[in-house]
Amino acid sequence: MSKRFQGILDTITRIRGVRGAMIVVYQDGLVVSDSLMEGVRGNAVAALTSSLAKHVANATSASGAGVLQFLHLQAISGALLAVTAGAEMLVVAIADPSVNVGLVRLELIRAAEALT
Amino acid sequence: MADDVKNLTAELIRDPHSMVFLRLGELLRTEGQLDAARKVVLTGLERHPDMVDAHDLYARILVDANDLDHARKVWEALLQIDGRHQGAHKGLGFLHYGRGDLDAALDHLELALAADPTNQSVVQALRAVRNVAESVVAEDPQDAFAGFEGQDRGLLLADRQGRALAGRVVTWQGVDSTEVVAAHLAGITQEMERAVRMLKLGDWQRLVVEATDGNVLLTSPSPDSLLLVVRDRDIPAGRLALFAERASDAARSWLGVQTP
Repeated sequence: MSKRFQGILDTITRIRGVRGAMIVVYQDGLVVSDSLMEGVRGNAVAALTSSLAKHVANATSASGAGVLQFLHLQAISGALLAVTAGAEMLVVAIADPSVNVGLVRLELIRAAEALT
Repeated sequence: MADDVKNLTAELIRDPHSMVFLRLGELLRTEGQLDAARKVVLTGLERHPDMVDAHDLYARILVDANDLDHARKVWEALLQIDGRHQGAHKGLGFLHYGRGDLDAALDHLELALAADPTNQSVVQALRAVRNVAESVVAEDPQDAFAGFEGQDRGLLLADRQGRALAGRVVTWQGVDSTEVVAAHLAGITQEMERAVRMLKLGDWQRLVVEATDGNVLLTSPSPDSLLLVVRDRDIPAGRLALFAERASDAARSWLGVQTP
């Protein structure tokens, strides 16, 4: 099973500018599998991403935009991207600020589809 | 009327492929027999899936049943088949008007009128919506987003404590969720700040979200304010970002005037 997850994450981390990727349990923020650069605390990233996604999901629902599917947090020195894989998991990528967001988004969606 | 229903039903039983289902469905709808009307039109659509007038009738039945979000989706799908369908534009015009989105209502009603300039019900509806739109602009010239598409349903300026400052968020069902969404924004901002700090990503610039029924963009026009833009799924992320930039400029100007 872990080889399967690793294969899914490899397709994301192969994209130029992606620093790391991980699969996270949506509700609990626990790491299922990760492929992160050294020094990045996977557990903390997972917990934070899950918490952010839940806050965003509440807001999108309240605003009438429906159920969260994709989020992209752009910052000056990098970006955090995540796609929901059903109601159970999140596929997350951390990337450089100049990464091809469209390509990362597509690979995250493919990864999420492979998980569901 | 009851005889008409009986006769049309008999005809449909004789020939299930008959187009008479449209007249029967319409008749049942006008009689308020919405479940029966829905069943007739859905059965007809199974046999004639490309019949645009049947989709239009189905959407009007949904409106009568107060299932406005579903009706909108049916009309939008219909426009993918026939982009000039008058009934769909007219229906969407009324739905947008009901939600307070006057710009979108005007767009659809103008397209409906273009499809048939002689339709008096569309002419009157368009005139009424134009009058309302003009009075809204005249009443509130200081509104932060005056003139912006969706200013009264999908544009919200809030402070970092989660209090709404200007604009509104209204769901497709017509529920004003401005205060609730503004409160959520404070929590989201705190989470984003924690995330960028931990990942050493520098200051956050924007959050772009895709959801099942809409796209959302959150940015910060000034150090103390947050701007949220909510749009339909068919507005691409790039266009949303350009729109948000313009709205941010307007918000900054408005905040400048409001600050003592």
